[in-house]
Amino acid sequence: MTVEDWFRHDRLPHIFCAGCGNGSIINSTLEAVDSLNWKVDETVFVSGIGCSSRAPGYIVTDSLHTTHGRALAFATGVKMANHDLNVVVFTGDGDLSAIGGNHFIHACRRNIDLTVICMNNQIYGMTGGQGSPCTPTGALSTTTPYGMDEPAFDLCDLATAAGANFVSRWTSYHVRELTRSIKLGLQKPGLSFIEVMVQCPTNYGRRNRLRDVEAMVSKMRDHALLKEKYDRLVAERKPIPEGSFVVGTLTDRNLPALGVRR
Amino acid sequence: MTRVDFMQGNIASAEGALAAGCRFFAGYPITPSSEVAEHMARRLPKVGGRFIQMEDEIASMAAVIGGAWTGVRSMTATSGPGFSLMMENIGYAAFTETPCVVVNIQRGGPSTGQPTLAAQGDMLQCRFGSHGDYSTIALAPSSVQEMFDLTVKSFNLADRFRAPAFLMADEIIGHLRERVEFPDTVECTPPRPIREGMLPFEPEEDLVPGFTPFGHGHRVHVTGLTHNEKGYPASTDPDLHERLVMRLIEKVERARHEIADYDIENPDAEVVFISYGVPTRSVRQALLDAPEGLYGHLNLRIVWPFPENLLKKFPNARVFLVPELNMGQMAREIVRHCDQPVISLPRLGGELHTPQYLLDRAEEYR
Repeated sequence: MTVEDWFRHDRLPHIFCAGCGNGSIINSTLEAVDSLNWKVDETVFVSGIGCSSRAPGYIVTDSLHTTHGRALAFATGVKMANHDLNVVVFTGDGDLSAIGGNHFIHACRRNIDLTVICMNNQIYGMTGGQGSPCTPTGALSTTTPYGMDEPAFDLCDLATAAGANFVSRWTSYHVRELTRSIKLGLQKPGLSFIEVMVQCPTNYGRRNRLRDVEAMVSKMRDHALLKEKYDRLVAERKPIPEGSFVVGTLTDRNLPALGVRR
Repeated sequence: MTRVDFMQGNIASAEGALAAGCRFFAGYPITPSSEVAEHMARRLPKVGGRFIQMEDEIASMAAVIGGAWTGVRSMTATSGPGFSLMMENIGYAAFTETPCVVVNIQRGGPSTGQPTLAAQGDMLQCRFGSHGDYSTIALAPSSVQEMFDLTVKSFNLADRFRAPAFLMADEIIGHLRERVEFPDTVECTPPRPIREGMLPFEPEEDLVPGFTPFGHGHRVHVTGLTHNEKGYPASTDPDLHERLVMRLIEKVERARHEIADYDIENPDAEVVFISYGVPTRSVRQALLDAPEGLYGHLNLRIVWPFPENLLKKFPNARVFLVPELNMGQMAREIVRHCDQPVISLPRLGGELHTPQYLLDRAEEYR
């Protein structure tokens, strides 16, 4: 099999906007799945509502496109009823951390054997650019016309604190690193959470002086601080560059997990 | 050989589910339904099934739907506030044609209301509670034996119609302890598998598509968006949406006479009681206390889809009296289907109509 064989070709072309990074995240995911020789008929992709959640519809496996925020609860049912299925969840920052926040922390606490890939575009893209719990302070959106006046969630901190076995963050720029990280997550028993910072030129960029896709991706690349470098700066008591965010494997442990295939 | 036991209604329902082959339960504690979850938590691991306590009822309903799509008979149990939380995903189950069972041990509402007392206040919510148009199947037990029998039946109906089925019990029947007979085996009719060459949401003659559980090579895409027969989103096609919604309603409604489950007493009577669930017990006593043959009685075990043809089984009926533990929810439905006066006898607060009260009211219409 190749990555091509995992796509549901009769559903293409997809609905993502020009310049959207979701496609490369789907690609990385399928590349990782394929490299592990996972079987199409033993794999289920589950999602909620939003741009990210359209991903399972383009993949040829059994797939469940559910209600807003509830993908993890549906996925928990699939995995608990049949441990032999590989279950991967696609979600977004609004779906996962606003309406689905409770399901997120509980799935992590249970450490249920799912791989959760969050496409964090820091905005509600599907509904036209409203602010999300991951919209940076000060950023403009249709519901924060004077700038976001709330702090954003750190989804990886949340997943780690709640008990997930594997937590990593990359961006849509870091395709190779992301693919490797997803592969690690897929293999890890328990809950693996992979946050992918992704550009939304249509609904985030154009309201925040990042109209150009390349400018958006470059900004992500330039502000991504490798975990190893971050740790070194902290150890040396040097300042962390302003506006940066940490990328890499943030948590990797082997706490008891639920729903693991025997 | 049947086994005889003396037990609570909620536990009889859980035993019915296990007998029917239910092997996945997801739920959240809520009075007065918690004994169903507790019993499933004890028993499921011993029969190779799995139990999970979810973080709320929204998640419980979601997990049940997820479990059902693996081809495992799946159930949850709840009461009023939890039932309200489940509504969005119940609509998802109806629209995606997911067979599953929801047990609702009704309590007094609205809101937190009376957690420990009985009501039948969710009868319209189970029919109309989620947004959009759809149809559902609802059963109403009036004894502990029926908690067992009708739970089994709920699974068979859910599978046959690929729709959520509701066991609409109440606190009294849920907590009542009575004699129950457990048969050695119960009738289990699994969903019809998809036929070669058919699409996953392409209906057969009875308007129900063959089932395509996950992990069996069907490669099905399931979405709560309006979808075509392949299961693919097609949410801006007006005709397709209309056809789909009408089929989902029609597949259940057209079977309403065939699947009707009821008892009829004194069909020649002029004054006729119609009841379902626990008020049936008061009506039965009232009929025993009245002169023989004076009053008629229709007891419904399947309430939705509503079998309106049964009203014609009382050719001399001048009036229908409908005692319910609500403000006349099913009485409204009965009014739609007959010319006679329909007298709603509501009872709120958690206590039953006494047989004497029913006889006094019946006397007024003799």
